[in-house]
Amino acid sequence: MALDQEILLVSPISVIIRLFSLVRTLPFWESIWFSFVRICAGFLAAVAAGVVLAALSVRFRRISELLTPLMLAIKAIPVASFIILVLIWIPSRNLSVFISFLMVLPVIYTNVLDGIRSADPDLLEMARVFSVPAWRKIRYIYSFQVLPFFRSACTISLGLCWKSGIAAEVIGIPDGSIGENLYQAKIYLNTPDLFAWTLVIVLISLGFEKLFLFLLDLGWRRLERM
Amino acid sequence: MAADIILTDLTKSFGDNCVLKQFTAAFPKGKVTAIMAPSGGGKTTLLRILMGLEQADAGTISGMEGMRLSAVFQEDRLCTNLSPSANIRLTSSKVSKAAAALALESVGLDGNSRQPVRELSGGMRRRVAILRALMADYDILFLDEPFKGLDEATKELVIQDTRKRSAGKTVILVTHEKEEAAAMGACQILEL
Repeated sequence: MALDQEILLVSPISVIIRLFSLVRTLPFWESIWFSFVRICAGFLAAVAAGVVLAALSVRFRRISELLTPLMLAIKAIPVASFIILVLIWIPSRNLSVFISFLMVLPVIYTNVLDGIRSADPDLLEMARVFSVPAWRKIRYIYSFQVLPFFRSACTISLGLCWKSGIAAEVIGIPDGSIGENLYQAKIYLNTPDLFAWTLVIVLISLGFEKLFLFLLDLGWRRLERM
Repeated sequence: MAADIILTDLTKSFGDNCVLKQFTAAFPKGKVTAIMAPSGGGKTTLLRILMGLEQADAGTISGMEGMRLSAVFQEDRLCTNLSPSANIRLTSSKVSKAAAALALESVGLDGNSRQPVRELSGGMRRRVAILRALMADYDILFLDEPFKGLDEATKELVIQDTRKRSAGKTVILVTHEKEEAAAMGACQILEL
């Protein structure tokens, strides 16, 4: 504002005006839908895979031994390297699904694994004495021990999946995605667009996080009352 | 018909500390046997061996093959997020919510059946742990100082309820008090 150079730093009013003009267009909503579906799909797939793999790792030591270095590698390798590598293998329109999956998987896997391993040994002994069937142990004992770890992992990874998913779209530039709009804003030095889209990403990410955690807490309370 | 539970020369050590030394005993089927010993005398270790949670260094156990077990541990070992009713139904699929609520009422826990266990007092939790054991499907019931922490009036009520619900079952009771053993109708008291 003081600089009077909107390319360098745009005023909040310009961003809001630009956002309102974007909201009135169909491509804006199509872009949001395109990215939302893919990033959420990647996140949900990673949640499912992380939980299943953590359970298998506890049951079979070999799987744990195999997955530990793999998860460490995924955590350590820069997301940009993954994006460029994966872009060679799969079409750019599905890149954000895979990248958000890849970034979320180790977080969910590690936390759920820690949760299962920290299950109260006294309760497990009790279940053993009473010959409690496996599904009941999962339902009554493991679920409550793992849920705080799972919730914490989801809180961390919900932000992560949006950041990585959008980064993948900016590099892959799939048509009609939020990432493509960010890329266009960058090459045309359209700073109001850049800020407006960034604001949209933050709002969607926060909204999805709140909704997901609300549903998780609701499910948890239902489970306690059953 | 199942035979009595026979323990022969049961030995268990933890490092240099020998907690059970060639312990031999018989627990009559369908009766209450009380075990008494000073603290650290190996009572809990003996129960843990019988429950299959600990391996004896030497000796044999017969008469427990295929038996369904139930137990009240020294600690309550309850799922604190769950209600007393859910804790009871955790160990037995046959117990309905109504049956669990009725059982809780019989030990003075009416009105608490839907409250999370974490919100209950120590004595209330103890009663839930005892009911969970009594309402499970079992042939042998292990009671490790089950009435610890209960006031006299509640203890009397709970002992009566325990005795009624475990009638005809093999019960192995660990206690420090001869009165408790007598109130439970113990046919023998073993000193460790």
